[in-house]
Amino acid sequence: MAAPQTIRTAVPAPVAIDWRQNRIIIERIKQGVAYVICTAMALAFVFPLYWLVVTALKTDLEIFLVPPSILPVNPQWQNFYQATIYIDFWRFMFNTFAIAALSIIGTVTSCTVIAYGFARIRWPGRNIIFLIYLSTIMLPAQVTLIPLYITYRSMGWVGTILPLVVPSFFGNPFFVFLLRQFLMTIPHELTDAARIDGASEVGILRYVVLPLVRPALATVALFTFVNVYRDYLAPLIYLQNQDQWTISLGLKMFQNMYGAQWQLMMAASTLAMLPMLILFFLTQRTFIKGIALTGLKE
Amino acid sequence: MATISIPKRRFEFTRTQRRALITGLVFISPALIGLAFFTIWPIIQSAYYSFTNYDILRPPRWIGLQNYERLLNDRVFVLALSNTLIMVVVGLPIHLLFDLGMAFLLNSKIRGLSIYRTIFYIPSITPVVASAIVWMWLFNGQYGILNVILGWFGIAPIGWLTDPNWIKTSLIFMGLWFGGNTILVYLAGLQEVPTHLIEAAELDGANAWQKTRNITLPMISPIIFYTIIINIIGYFQYFTEGWVLTATREGAAGGPANSALFYSMYLYQNAFQQFKMGYASAQAWILFVIVLIATVIVFRTSGWVYYHAEE
Repeated sequence: MAAPQTIRTAVPAPVAIDWRQNRIIIERIKQGVAYVICTAMALAFVFPLYWLVVTALKTDLEIFLVPPSILPVNPQWQNFYQATIYIDFWRFMFNTFAIAALSIIGTVTSCTVIAYGFARIRWPGRNIIFLIYLSTIMLPAQVTLIPLYITYRSMGWVGTILPLVVPSFFGNPFFVFLLRQFLMTIPHELTDAARIDGASEVGILRYVVLPLVRPALATVALFTFVNVYRDYLAPLIYLQNQDQWTISLGLKMFQNMYGAQWQLMMAASTLAMLPMLILFFLTQRTFIKGIALTGLKE
Repeated sequence: MATISIPKRRFEFTRTQRRALITGLVFISPALIGLAFFTIWPIIQSAYYSFTNYDILRPPRWIGLQNYERLLNDRVFVLALSNTLIMVVVGLPIHLLFDLGMAFLLNSKIRGLSIYRTIFYIPSITPVVASAIVWMWLFNGQYGILNVILGWFGIAPIGWLTDPNWIKTSLIFMGLWFGGNTILVYLAGLQEVPTHLIEAAELDGANAWQKTRNITLPMISPIIFYTIIINIIGYFQYFTEGWVLTATREGAAGGPANSALFYSMYLYQNAFQQFKMGYASAQAWILFVIVLIATVIVFRTSGWVYYHAEE
C-alpha cells in the first residue's frame, strides 16, 4: 500500500501536488463529518439498550422521577431475580430453546440435503424448479396462515409445539439458496472423483461436501435460532397452554399483568435479550468464516 | 424414418440423465413435499375459504363474493389498508435511505468500523417483544425520556403512542432502530465496488457526486433492488411491533382511533379472535394480490438496476 503512494507524492509537477493536497484536506473533512455522524448515530442506537438496563436497576419509585436519573441511585440487582419469579421465566426460556433446537436440527438437515440436490446433482430442469422454489420467499405468510391453522387444528396439533417445529424439516427457500451458493463453490472434480471411486451421493454429501460447508451450516443454524427466538406471531397462534409458552409470549404476559412495574419489565426484557447478545459476541467469528468460504473459488 | 427419430430422441433422457433426475428429485423431495403441503395446497384452500362463511366449528358454507363485497364496505379494513400503505410508501423509503446513508458514511474508511457494525446490527437481532417494551417506555408520554429531552428544548410533550397523528411516525422512527441490519447489507455491497473504477473516474476528473451517481450507485443497485423487494413484503406484513405497542389487556389493538391498526393485525383479529376464517382468508388473498402487484411494479420499473458482468 505504501509504495504507490510514495510514487504519487514524488510527482514533481507543482500543480499536481496542489491538487492532491486539496484532495487530502477535503477527504479529511469528509471523514471527520462521517465520523461525527456515525458516532452520534451509534450513541442513539445504543441508548435504548442503555436505558433498558438502567431502568431495570431502579426502584419502583425512582423510575417515575422527573427528570429521570441517568444512573440508578441505588442499583436494585434483585429486580432481575424478581422478574424471573413474576413470570415463569426459566420455563419460557427452556421452551424457547427447545423449539429453537428442534428447528435448527430440522432446518440444517433438510436444507443441506435439498441444496445438495440443487447444486451438486446435474439433473434436467433443476434450475427452473429452483427458481419456482425460491420465488415462494415472496409469498406473504398470511395467505397460508389460516389454512395451515385449520389443518393443524384438525390434526390436533394446535396447543403443541409441532406446528412451530415440523415445517422446518421440509426446508426453507432462503437457507437453501444460501447453502446452494456455498455448495456451488466446491470444485466438481472433487465430487466427480469420489463418484468414480464408487461413492454414493449420500456418502459424497456426508464425507466430502459436509466438512467443507460446515461454516455455512453454522450460519444457517445461527439465523434459524435468531428467527425462532424473535418470533411472536406463530407462538401466539399455536401455543395456547402457558406451560409451552416462549419467552416472547411470556414478556407480553408480563406487560399485561404488571404493566406499571416498568423496572421489572425492563429486567425481564434485559434477561430475554442476554442470550442473543452473548451468542452474537461468541459467533461473530462464524459469520466471518462463512463469508471467507465464498472466496473458495479455485 | 431417420428424420422422425431425431426429434424424438431429443426429448428422451439418456440413462445417466434419468438416474440423475431421480437422484436429484429424491434429494430435493423435502422441498417438494414442503412446497405442496405448506405452500401450494394452503394457497388453494385459502382461496376456497375466502368464498365461504367459516367459523371453524361448523363446516364452511359457500357465499360467493360476499366476503369481498363486505371488505370493500368495511371502514376498519380500508383504514388498516391505508395505514399499511403509508408504512410502505413513507416508512420504507425513509428506512432504506437512512440505511443507505449510514452505509455510505461507514464506508468512508473510518476507524473502529467493527464496533459501529456491531452497534447497528444488534437491535435487529434482539427479541421484538423485549425491544418493543423498551420503546414503550421511551415513548411514554409522562415519564418517557424522549419527552423529557424535548422538554429541555422547551418543546411540549408529544403523545408518541397516544396521538393518532403521531403514532405512525413513532413506529417508523422505531423501525430505523430495528432495521439496522440493512446498513450492513449495503455496507457489504459498497465494499465490493471495485476501486479501479473509482480511480479511473477520478483520473477523468469526476467529482464526488458524479462518482456516486455513475459508479457506486449502479454497482450496488442489485442490492438496493433486493432490499426493496424484501422490505415491501415485510412492511405489508407488519405485525409484531404494532401489536405489542398497541395491544391492550383486553386483547384489542390498533392504537387510538385504530391509527396504528395494520393489515396483518386486522387479519389476525378477524381470524384468531373472532374466528371469521372466511372473511380473513379474503383479506389474505387481497394482500397476496396487492403484494404481487407491488412486486411486479418494482420488477417492471427496475431499468435502473445494473448487473455488472463479472470477468
